[in-house]
Amino acid sequence: MAKTDLVIVGGGPAGMAAAIEAHKNGIEDILIIEREEYLGGILRQCVHNGFGIHVFKEELTGPEYAQRFIDKIEELKINYKVDTMVLSISDKREITYINSKEGLGEIKAGAIVLAMGCRERTRGVLNIPGTRPAGVFTAGTAQRFVNIEGYLPGNNIVILGSGDIGLIMARRLTLEGAKVLMVCEILSQPGGLRRNIVQCLDDFNIPLKLQHTVIKIHGNERVEGVTISKVDEDRRPIPGTQEYVECDTLLLSVGLIPENELSYDAGIKLDPSTGGPIVDEHMQTSAEGIFACGNVLHVNDLVDNVTKESMLAGEHAARMLKSKLGKILG
Amino acid sequence: MVINRGTVYEFKKEADEIYDVAVIGAGVIGAFVARELSKYDVSVCLIEKEADVAMGSSKANSGIVHAGYDAVPGSLKAILNVEGNKLMEGVTKELNVPFEKIGSLVVAFSHEEVDVLEQLIKRGSENGVEGLRIISKEELRLLEPALSKEAVTALVAPTAGIVCPYELTIRAAENAVQNGVVPILETQVTGIFYEDDIFIISTNKGKLYSRFVVNVAGLYADNISAMLGDNSFSISPRKGEYLLLDKKQGNMVNHVIFQVPTDKGKGILVTPTVDGNLLIGPNAEDITDKEDVTTTSFGIAEVVKGAQKSVPKTNLNDVITSFSGLRAKPSTGDFIICTSQVNPYFINAAGIESPGLTAAPAIGEYIVNILNTQGLSLKKKMNFDPVCLPFMRTRDMEQKALNELIKKKPQYGRIVCRCEKVTEGEIVESIRRPCGATNLDAVKRRTRAGMGRCQGGFCTPRVVEILSRELGVPMHEVTKLGGNSKILTRKLKL
Repeated sequence: MAKTDLVIVGGGPAGMAAAIEAHKNGIEDILIIEREEYLGGILRQCVHNGFGIHVFKEELTGPEYAQRFIDKIEELKINYKVDTMVLSISDKREITYINSKEGLGEIKAGAIVLAMGCRERTRGVLNIPGTRPAGVFTAGTAQRFVNIEGYLPGNNIVILGSGDIGLIMARRLTLEGAKVLMVCEILSQPGGLRRNIVQCLDDFNIPLKLQHTVIKIHGNERVEGVTISKVDEDRRPIPGTQEYVECDTLLLSVGLIPENELSYDAGIKLDPSTGGPIVDEHMQTSAEGIFACGNVLHVNDLVDNVTKESMLAGEHAARMLKSKLGKILG
Repeated sequence: MVINRGTVYEFKKEADEIYDVAVIGAGVIGAFVARELSKYDVSVCLIEKEADVAMGSSKANSGIVHAGYDAVPGSLKAILNVEGNKLMEGVTKELNVPFEKIGSLVVAFSHEEVDVLEQLIKRGSENGVEGLRIISKEELRLLEPALSKEAVTALVAPTAGIVCPYELTIRAAENAVQNGVVPILETQVTGIFYEDDIFIISTNKGKLYSRFVVNVAGLYADNISAMLGDNSFSISPRKGEYLLLDKKQGNMVNHVIFQVPTDKGKGILVTPTVDGNLLIGPNAEDITDKEDVTTTSFGIAEVVKGAQKSVPKTNLNDVITSFSGLRAKPSTGDFIICTSQVNPYFINAAGIESPGLTAAPAIGEYIVNILNTQGLSLKKKMNFDPVCLPFMRTRDMEQKALNELIKKKPQYGRIVCRCEKVTEGEIVESIRRPCGATNLDAVKRRTRAGMGRCQGGFCTPRVVEILSRELGVPMHEVTKLGGNSKILTRKLKL
């Protein structure tokens, strides 16, 4: 089995920052494994600005923020495999991956940094009743369609959930000519950042309906409308407040879930409240030599925070590797 | 004439072909009738109004291969259930469809219910079901540790099992098409006439001609029958809602767990699926709209309550999706499988509610026998191939075989659906096969891409791209389930 000092699972902002920091701390034998065709992770589709205020003291778009790290990875000649999916990790740090060039591959790692990011909560998790037509998207999927593929997912859009991606997409879709009818939020407070409420909704006169949720989806082939309802303090629909809203698209921005299938299968202890691995002050999980950082650990509002915490993970993974090497050599 | 994709079928204006048999409805019964007919030298078309096979009751049911102790002895349900159960192992092997004979339990929660179990055993033995027995509370606990402590005892039926209902339908249809059946999808029958010993079948796309008709139109079988003037039965929809849970919950139970049946049906069950998920449901609600497959908050609550009665630890945080399906409830109480009252060359197979999935292979044989009796001459086809082309599932493959496959076809090394580990190669294959996928949901049913935890969040854009490329249509023409279900509105200006 091939051996590598440090394998980083995920080439988004978390994985790249961890790799660079580990390199800075003296580890050169590093491999980043990324399932998409390019490094950069979800930042590739976040074409809006507001990234980097803390780390770079300037406002960058997502792709620009990612590019700074990609350039550094190239400069440091850190190895990476793209279009490669990690299938499993054992608690002994053996990694199985697959890609179209090598087929199934295996690597034994001295240390691993988990940086798989997160995924969106779906309609299924919410159990929204009704039909199952085309036109129901999570906000991130719609974002990919618009910003990477170049297609508009709908004309008349209702957004459920006021998470940041939903707010950003309200503006993005409006700018591309769609009509965003409203954003419904089940809580009495918006979920996203204040600046996004102002810049993405208020500036475009998109109503934010607090304490409202979607209780039914209509339409057999394509969405034809949704029924919304006001909810009480326990988030239960209040009878008599239902309203039918005609639309062809429902966008869901109802939260993110750390993507920990690999961690779970490796037997790593997960925190039920965050959904991510339990880590110590060195970002090390319950499995020795396996570290975690970024949205796989807990969902962050700002990528700058992801970067900072991932640098910590990279640094400690490097230190652990050096002390181990020290032990072996000494 | 073999045509792979329903959507490319073109009606000929002149010299129209007269099929020996037109099968109306491509659910599991239609697929098995077509496959059975494809063993003989007869020309057959399989007409379906939707853009894929298995779009009605066949795609949304419990996926249970029943043992056969439920139905009244002597009824068609009883006979064809037991017969179908016996055929299932061989058929699923030929069609490369996973079938797991995990057995079922009917759990009694009171002593009155134990009496019902005794009756079921009696019925079962009259129906010819083997291996039925009632077990002690202790044995029940050993078999199913997660079961409610309130459970008193259970009836074990070792011959019951699980199968994926739409996969079974798809593979049976593929195999039929592979052996010469012509699939005519997205084609709705609007009228049927009988003139000069020929059926003239009007559709929204033109006319079709046949010598025999088999009406297996599921919920619409009464409407199709009425087109010819036979109003002797009616079909009413009875809705059942389900919840599908994450694979984390798939090991919760080891058998299909039933409660004691009532006049509303077999009650809410808890079962693992062949794909390793946990399925709970269905409730039973008599409705009037044959298209109403909505889920409701009331129904979902009913399913949860029912499932938790059997398995209290059923965890709702692990729900992946909910769906509902419609049972085709016949006015007669039993399967209606016979020649029409108005025409001896028109065969109805209607009201195929549970245990229809189990009975499907047996119903296929039964109908072909009726056709034969009514004058369809059956000569065995020399080159009939009962074996469905194997579908490569990379997640189940051994390392060596997988690496050889990837070397030959690199697309099998590129994962598109992360949750279910489905590769680009599998998606392309699902589109190119006989009776292949032409939309997103059809790809999903054939490959499981989009069926996992993220419900297509990551893979939908990529699958749309592959469909667009393979079908040669622009991205914004790709649909979710055919018709007007386009996923994207338009291409943005660059």
